[in-house]
Amino acid sequence: MSDLITPDFVDLDLRAADRHEVAFSLASRLASDGRVTDLAGFLADVRAREEQMPTGIEGGIGIPHARSAHVTEPSLAFGRSTGGVDFGAEDGPADLVFLIAAPAGGDTDHLTILASLARRLVHASFRQALRDASDPQAVVDLVNKEVLGR
Amino acid sequence: MRLVAVTACPTGIAHTYMAAEALEQAAKDAGHQISVETQGAAGAVPLTPDQIAAADAVIFAVDVEVRGRDRFAGKPTVEVPVKKAISGSAELLARAEEAVRQAAPANAAAAPGDAPAPAPAAPAGAAAPSDQRSSAARFGTHLRQWMMTGVSYMIPFVAAGGILIALAFMFGGAEVAMKVNGGVFQGHTYPGVTDLSKLIDQAGYAGVLFKIGSTAFSMLVPVLAGFIAYAMADRQGLVPGIVSGLLASAIGAGFLGGLVGGLLAGALVLALTRYKPPRAIAGIMPVVVIPLVSTLIMGVLMLVVIGEPIAAAQRGLTDWLGGLSGTNAILLGALLGLMMAFDLGGPVNKVAYTFGVGSLASGDLKVMAAVMAAGMVPPIAMALSTVVRPKLFGESERKAGEAAWLLGASFITEGAIPFAAADPLRVLPSLMAGSATTGALSMAFGATSRAPHGGLWVIGLIGRPGLYLLAIAAGVLVGAACVIGAKQIGRAEVAGEAEGAAGAAAADGAGAGTGAAADKPAVNHEALVG
Repeated sequence: MSDLITPDFVDLDLRAADRHEVAFSLASRLASDGRVTDLAGFLADVRAREEQMPTGIEGGIGIPHARSAHVTEPSLAFGRSTGGVDFGAEDGPADLVFLIAAPAGGDTDHLTILASLARRLVHASFRQALRDASDPQAVVDLVNKEVLGR
Repeated sequence: MRLVAVTACPTGIAHTYMAAEALEQAAKDAGHQISVETQGAAGAVPLTPDQIAAADAVIFAVDVEVRGRDRFAGKPTVEVPVKKAISGSAELLARAEEAVRQAAPANAAAAPGDAPAPAPAAPAGAAAPSDQRSSAARFGTHLRQWMMTGVSYMIPFVAAGGILIALAFMFGGAEVAMKVNGGVFQGHTYPGVTDLSKLIDQAGYAGVLFKIGSTAFSMLVPVLAGFIAYAMADRQGLVPGIVSGLLASAIGAGFLGGLVGGLLAGALVLALTRYKPPRAIAGIMPVVVIPLVSTLIMGVLMLVVIGEPIAAAQRGLTDWLGGLSGTNAILLGALLGLMMAFDLGGPVNKVAYTFGVGSLASGDLKVMAAVMAAGMVPPIAMALSTVVRPKLFGESERKAGEAAWLLGASFITEGAIPFAAADPLRVLPSLMAGSATTGALSMAFGATSRAPHGGLWVIGLIGRPGLYLLAIAAGVLVGAACVIGAKQIGRAEVAGEAEGAAGAAAADGAGAGTGAAADKPAVNHEALVG
């Protein structure tokens, strides 16, 4: 199983006007690695999910995500935005954005990893560490340590 | 506090798990125990029945339908959108605590007659941890919850139907029943109304009241059985339960037949849902297979297995009563009283009543008087009990007590069914004692009745009315005293048993404060917020 996240999928200076631009920007990183085979198709899936119920949660987090036929393996892209982007959370814009891409079929192992990632996001210490991360590799290490325990 | 929770979101890869984590963290911080079932894409590890049974409250943090919601039936429940559990998990736990606290009073207050009140509100300290109970005591609690749910849905039918019938007697006299259903009254033979469009012509407006009332009354046993099964097995219990109740009525098995039928139907559906079918038919299990199979089995059971023995027993009792004619009149009166109160409109009661009507036809007016007097005692005795010792009864029972005065006065013995169905072992013997007293006294006083129906509204047709009323009053006092005594004996025993007291108290009606005592989930459904 390849890594959930690589430094290429991390953007610590995310600049985007709205959540759809954020999704496009982060998804492009996954697409250029071949993990997303059809960028437009995947973005449509993300958008459909986002329209069902905005994915922003309190504490400055946005989690655009989708299980999509255009995803080859479970992947995580991370963006940090200084100004914040509105993801529909009640307490304002999100400065930490996780784009979660899961294959439509997704076997249980993969989905379990995504589940434990989601569980980590709830912890303030994990969020703070992400805000403090100095470079993309630090974010990757943090995710690997917290989520995969390595 | 012990909690169980289900989290679920549309995609099932993010919020489901975040909500679970947030709830687990908040519960840990607050010192609660929580088990979360994450109904997400990674597959749910289901909560065990033990975990659910032990939980004081249930949290649903969901944006999609909870799978297997009926597993949680009867628990205090808080339901919110999944994000609320992530951002406001501590607040959510507080709401769950509130739901536990409110579970008991909410039963009575939520909707009149809709939510049952198993017992008077218990002191806060009675909310003992459920894990201290023995399993037998817990089963007793469940049994009482199930029966109370059935009773609470039944009470409005008793009140509406019974009062309409009473009004019909008030305005139309005792003959209204014969005008509608056919029969002989004071030498006049009525054909009965076969074409409802001629109802007013043949029976007048009192006949209309009677017809409406008796129609509502005919639903009494089906509703009791149906909602007992519903309390046990959720929606899937309703069909076999109601059909069992209808058949119990049809075979003359009365409310005891409905009680048993409802419990059996619920248990049967619960057993059927345990069966894990092949995937191909799993989808049609709840809509087709379980209703079909459970209704078929219950129908056969009620018609073939229970129906014929009841009919045979009724024939035997009738013959036996016939053989007793001419023996000691006071003993006969007492016996008829016992029978009238034994099942409050069920097969035994019917035998006694039919015996009274038969005696009336053959010119013995004393037997009819004893039967009618004895049949008036149970509702009045219960009404008196609820006034004298309201704390022994739940809110819905006290409400039923208000209507029971009128029902008893109108010789509608069924008015006592809500109390008997909720607590048969204490209530029925007590009422039998009261009715037997009245039956014996009525015979001893030599009271007579030329009316087979109508209660106090046909007092003009009663011979020796003063003594007749005295006989009724005496039986009411005996019955009420026995009910109050029996209910308190049960309680005293509970106080004596230090361990397991919580469970027994709940089974006994004192434990409404425990979360598990909620018959209907007190659902706090918050609108999904965008």
